[in-house]
Amino acid sequence: MDTINKLVMYFEYPFVRSALLVGMLIALCSALLGVTLVLKRFSFIGDGLSHVAFGATAVAAALQMANQFWLVLPVTIVSAVLLLASGQNSKTKGDAAVAMVSVGSLALGYLVMSLYSKSANLSGDVCSTLFGSTSILTLTGTGVLLCIALSILVVAVFLLFYHKIFAVVFDEEFMSATGVDAKAYNFMLAVVIAVVIVLAMNLVGALLISALVIFPALSAMRVFKSFFAVSVCAVVVSVCCAALGILASIAIGAPVGSTIVAIDIIGFFLFSIVGAISGKNPAV
Amino acid sequence: MPQLVCENLTLGYDGNNIITNLSFEVNASDYLCIVGENGSGKSTLIKAVANLISPVSGSIRKGGGLKANEIGYLPQQTAVQKDFPASVEEVVRSGFINSSGLRPFYTKEQKLLAKENMERLEIYGLAKRCYRELSGGQQQRVLLARALCATRKLLLLDEPVASLDPQASSGMYDIIAKLNNTVTTIVMVSHDIAICVSYASHILHIGGRSALFFGAKKDYLNSEYGRKFAGLRGVNRRDGYY
Ligand SMILES: Nc1ncnc2c1ncn2[C@@H]1O[C@H](COP(=O)(O)OP(=O)(O)OP(=O)(O)O)[C@@H](O)[C@H]1O
Ligand SMILES: [Mg+2]
Repeated sequence: MDTINKLVMYFEYPFVRSALLVGMLIALCSALLGVTLVLKRFSFIGDGLSHVAFGATAVAAALQMANQFWLVLPVTIVSAVLLLASGQNSKTKGDAAVAMVSVGSLALGYLVMSLYSKSANLSGDVCSTLFGSTSILTLTGTGVLLCIALSILVVAVFLLFYHKIFAVVFDEEFMSATGVDAKAYNFMLAVVIAVVIVLAMNLVGALLISALVIFPALSAMRVFKSFFAVSVCAVVVSVCCAALGILASIAIGAPVGSTIVAIDIIGFFLFSIVGAISGKNPAV
Repeated sequence: MPQLVCENLTLGYDGNNIITNLSFEVNASDYLCIVGENGSGKSTLIKAVANLISPVSGSIRKGGGLKANEIGYLPQQTAVQKDFPASVEEVVRSGFINSSGLRPFYTKEQKLLAKENMERLEIYGLAKRCYRELSGGQQQRVLLARALCATRKLLLLDEPVASLDPQASSGMYDIIAKLNNTVTTIVMVSHDIAICVSYASHILHIGGRSALFFGAKKDYLNSEYGRKFAGLRGVNRRDGYY
């Protein structure tokens, strides 16, 4: 009873409501792209990019930029394009490049933060950038609007290019052979993935982005066997987990990001069990 | 105006030339069979025509109004991931992407055509099934149906019946012949000399890094390589290997 009262009270605050809305939108985007990321074996690139976003955030903080988006977003997009391009040429080199960029930006980000941070609570800052402890609740007016705009953009791109994304992810070689510009679609995917990662960083922090992006897709793949069903299911799972996670974190005073991810993990186990019982998914 | 002109084509990987100085052309509504031993470079040639690898030297020109997005392609092998969620219908329809432009959905006609192609290949009953859970032969038919959706002009087929049962293969060859009779040019790799001889209009026999023979089918049967190749396979057939 107490918790419900507490929740109702919190809902009086507009920033809680906008946090919930933005959180659900971000969850929706990350699930949509998560399916592609998992199927294209890009999970590791997503992870690398999240570290790049962390490094860029650190620099933006050191520069005391009013709106960190304008640095973080372009840097992440450029890295995504470069990483995906290098990954195309040769597998091992691509892996190494991702690892280099990923660990490198983590180290440099922390270095920049320690050297230039004006804040008295350095480890608190680092922790909240990495684990997004409260960032979604502290989003300002423009931040909220920007998040909403970018989310809508991502969803629009996904809906407009849904069949093309499926086709290119399923069999890029066939698409190139039949005259489709698969490279252009890969480029587009790289940009959208970068946008999603920057968005997701607001919700769960840099380190947990991969979890937010990957778990709903993996859960859906346990039970469903068509691209359409998996996409729809991943979105539903992700949005529900995010909403539950935000509410739960407010109720019990836990960090938002890790609460959402914890619920995503529970969801994954539930779907694994359902998949195993329905016998649709014997192995993997 | 030929649909496809290959001139002094040299193809290879990482500095190793697989085919050197190959020239041939394909006219609209030809049925070209490419034959040759394992490793002679047939798939490599098909991939070059499909623009998947670029020639070391020489040129591949498309003419006769053939655009890059009017080619259907069936690879010898498709490496689709084990756990990819995709239904048969989704895969077949994806053949239309090259003619869809920026349209975000498939049209009624495209959906109907996809259905017809699935019916032709007798996989319409599998439309809602998961692609990766089908047998090898069923998967092959799905990819063929997709290739049919991708073109009305030129179909590149790399061993299209490799994993089909005998009945399905002869059905497949009938379908290909019908397509060839209506509109589509066929370029097909096959080890089945009996089929090449009965259906094809032209034969390209590659070996020893170049063309051993290129020309009309009837000339092939009278040529040195044609007699040897056809004779060889004929023996195998009597022995039951074939
Ligand atoms: N990706 C590649 N990289 C390097 N060499 C390759 C590659 N693909 C093929 N080759 C080499 O090129 C040669 C020709 O291969 P190709 O696949 O074109 O033969 P093929 O005529 O299609 O044979 P098959 O009848 O077995 O299908 C082979 O010697 C092969 O080792
Ligand atoms: Mg081959």
